[in-house]
Amino acid sequence: MVPSYVPLSYYLLLSGFLFACGVVGFLIKRNIITIFMSIELMLNGVNLSFVAFAAHWQALAGQVFVFFVMVVAAAEAAVGLAIIIAVYRTRETLNVDQVNLLKL
Amino acid sequence: MSFHLILFLAFGAVCVGGAVNLLVQRHPINSALSLIAVMAALAGEYLLLGAEFVAAVQVIVYAGAIMVLFAFVIMLLNAGEEENTSGSRIAVLVGVPGMLTGSVLMAWVVLRHSGTESVPIGALPGHPNDIAQLLFHDFLLPFEVTSVLILIAIMGAVVLASKPEAATGKAD
Amino acid sequence: MTANLNLWLIPVLALAGAAINGFFGKKLSRRAVTTVALFFSGAAFAMALLVVVKFSSLSLPYQEFFAHWIRITGFSADFAFYLDQLSLVMLLVVTGVGFLIHIYSVGYMWDDPSYYRFFSYLNLFMFFMLTLVLANNYLLMFIGWEGVGLASYLLIGFWFTKDSAASAGKKAFIVNRIGDFGFLIALFLLIKQFGSLNFAQVFSSVVHLSAGPASESLLTAVGILLMVGACGKSAQIPLYTWLPDAMEGPTPVSALIHAATMVTAGVYMVARSHVIFERAPTALMVVAIIGTLTALFAATIGIAQTDIKKVLAYSTVSQLGYMFMACGVGAFSAGIFHLMTHAFFKGLLFLGAGSVIHAVGGEQDMRKMGGLKSFIPWTFLTMGVATLAIAGIPPLAGFWSKDEILWKAYSSPNGSWVFWLIGVLTAFITSFYMFRLLYMTFFGDYRGAKVDGHGHAAHDAHGHGKPHESPMVMLVPLMILAVLSLVGGLVGWGNHFEHFLAPVFGTGEATTETASSFTEWLLMGVSVAVALLGWWLAHLLYYRRADLPQKIADAFGSFYETVVHKYYIDELYAAVFVKPLVDGSTRILWQGVDRNIIDAAVNDAGEGARHASNEVRHMQSGNIRSYAGWIAAGSAVVIAFMIWMWTEAR
Repeated sequence: MVPSYVPLSYYLLLSGFLFACGVVGFLIKRNIITIFMSIELMLNGVNLSFVAFAAHWQALAGQVFVFFVMVVAAAEAAVGLAIIIAVYRTRETLNVDQVNLLKL
Repeated sequence: MSFHLILFLAFGAVCVGGAVNLLVQRHPINSALSLIAVMAALAGEYLLLGAEFVAAVQVIVYAGAIMVLFAFVIMLLNAGEEENTSGSRIAVLVGVPGMLTGSVLMAWVVLRHSGTESVPIGALPGHPNDIAQLLFHDFLLPFEVTSVLILIAIMGAVVLASKPEAATGKAD
Repeated sequence: MTANLNLWLIPVLALAGAAINGFFGKKLSRRAVTTVALFFSGAAFAMALLVVVKFSSLSLPYQEFFAHWIRITGFSADFAFYLDQLSLVMLLVVTGVGFLIHIYSVGYMWDDPSYYRFFSYLNLFMFFMLTLVLANNYLLMFIGWEGVGLASYLLIGFWFTKDSAASAGKKAFIVNRIGDFGFLIALFLLIKQFGSLNFAQVFSSVVHLSAGPASESLLTAVGILLMVGACGKSAQIPLYTWLPDAMEGPTPVSALIHAATMVTAGVYMVARSHVIFERAPTALMVVAIIGTLTALFAATIGIAQTDIKKVLAYSTVSQLGYMFMACGVGAFSAGIFHLMTHAFFKGLLFLGAGSVIHAVGGEQDMRKMGGLKSFIPWTFLTMGVATLAIAGIPPLAGFWSKDEILWKAYSSPNGSWVFWLIGVLTAFITSFYMFRLLYMTFFGDYRGAKVDGHGHAAHDAHGHGKPHESPMVMLVPLMILAVLSLVGGLVGWGNHFEHFLAPVFGTGEATTETASSFTEWLLMGVSVAVALLGWWLAHLLYYRRADLPQKIADAFGSFYETVVHKYYIDELYAAVFVKPLVDGSTRILWQGVDRNIIDAAVNDAGEGARHASNEVRHMQSGNIRSYAGWIAAGSAVVIAFMIWMWTEAR
């Protein structure tokens, strides 16, 4: 029976689902850029849960934290893509399975 | 069936669909576009929760800058369709069930603990004014640190992505 | 005590000589080494003479304290010295004969490359022996006891590059050790019962110990265990097997250690402990029986030996048996008397044998000698004197001491005619094989090979054309010892020696005689007759009818072979004791415990770690997706745990 309001758990379930999709994408995708995008998806899912909890507990700090998460995501994306370019230059491939020299 | 719920479900559907599409598509650019759709829908969710500033920043920064960056790189590297190699069975055999287990556990916890509390529409208005108050008073230090972080990221990106110098030592 | 004799100087002087020669000898010239060695041993002898001079003014027993050693509640032992008539006799014998042998060794070892090491060891031996003789408690005596065993090992194995010499040194040390084990247990019993190892305290406690089965059995146990120690050190049955092998060492070593001093340490120890033995008649009987049997047993082996030094070795074992027989019947002073005269004539015999060996360029087999009396007259003369002495021909030294022992064996309350009979029989055999040695070596025709320059290591510098006399530095000690063998026994005339030692052995001495002096003269005549009989038999078999010995040997056939092979005792020991020990040690301790358990534990730990890490390392595949997979699985585990904790807390 679907309630007429939106319970907090719905937001959290959505957030969890986005996160899970991010993880699955990380695990099964082979293109390194797609893996990066899955990471972004994970971060977005986490952001949603932050905002939902902020609304639930009436704490604005949750939204401020989302702000910081976004900053970090931006920085990470920039540097990560730069690394991808560098790796592409040497390895000529975007297939993450072929970047496997750090092994025992 | 309140309007709140309908809007939530609509945006939620777009999120879910975009996320699934991201997994399903083979060409990275398609995945990128799906991700943009997800972000846009998320911005709508934020608005439903009253976080207007965050929603705006989401669209401007995330969808507007970061994803553009992604698109540029895809174009730059001329990423084609994904090959179908199987490099790691562990990832699929161990990782996916593990992740699924974790998710199910989290979901169970969420549902048990906070199943029925409602979040009314626009529950916490996140005016820029209020956020700025917090940002420049309580969270000033992290704010400044993030600026340093961005500076470092810029430098790092520039260095990492620059063309390597010629082997004979001639500066380029 | 009115005088301070500085007794501690005597052993320390010897130690100083050993240290100087030991540490610096390699860089010193031969003359310097000689000077150091002779100076310090001579100084020790001079100090001993000084003690003699001052002796009459001392109150005896004279004890001198040198330094604290062990002081704990319930037990104390110090570095302290004890002087009475007994230690004086031993002191003079050790330093005097020791000094003479030092002089002799200068000549004998002159060409040896390890000249300095020899004298260092010799001085070291003197140090330990003097500690043993002068100690005032059993523990310090035990240090000397062990130390002379060590010095004996070092000196027997002096030419350690020779396998047989190294093995002989080991054998001596190990067999000694077995005896030392008995000695130690005796010491433990003494500590437990009397709380002290100090001679004065222990002996007075023993005298005042109440009579009863418990105390008697304790003292019997102590006595027998002390005898076990003495058997090891003084080569009695069953621990005598090391002495014949010890002939691998240089001849001066055999003279000093295995004739005059170290092997007599056991006799000294038994004599010193006479108080204990007198209250344990069973132990005393054991001593007498062992001594008597050894005397006869070793003498029979000596008949058939062909190596000149081996004959003398078995003779030493036999004569030591006499000394223990004397102690065993309560005639301690007779035993010490024989110890002194034996030091003279046996030391002389060994040194003379060394001179003979030197003369024929290293040959030790008597069958290849003969007719040497014209080549080495002085050696012949002195060895002849010694042979007369050991055979017991009057008026030489051996007659007085051996006759004293035989008389006491017959007449003492603890003795019996059985001891006397075996003693007489042994005297006959002794006389026989000693004259056999003399005749085979010095008379007849020279049977040796044309000696041509390959002597043994000590003197191969001169080319031999024919046997030649030894240098004066070797002859003078021989002559001095010959004089002592001639006149040394005269202290026994009128029981002077016995009266001299009476304050020591005093009331314990079995002085009550149960037979008349006529019997004494009769028995004396019997022993002289027996000695002359042995001489005549040797003269017959080895001089006049030299073909007879071989016929007799053939007639006895396999029994003769057994005697030649020393009754196969060494082989018996090897089979019964040595082989099981070595096998057990190899198979159980080495392969079983050490290799399979201890090493395996360590190795398997390492192997296990290696295998485990070999399996685990596959996780690091370099593949990012598998890392992510493991992280996801791990995070699921952590989440589950946290949820479990959370539900627990609720």
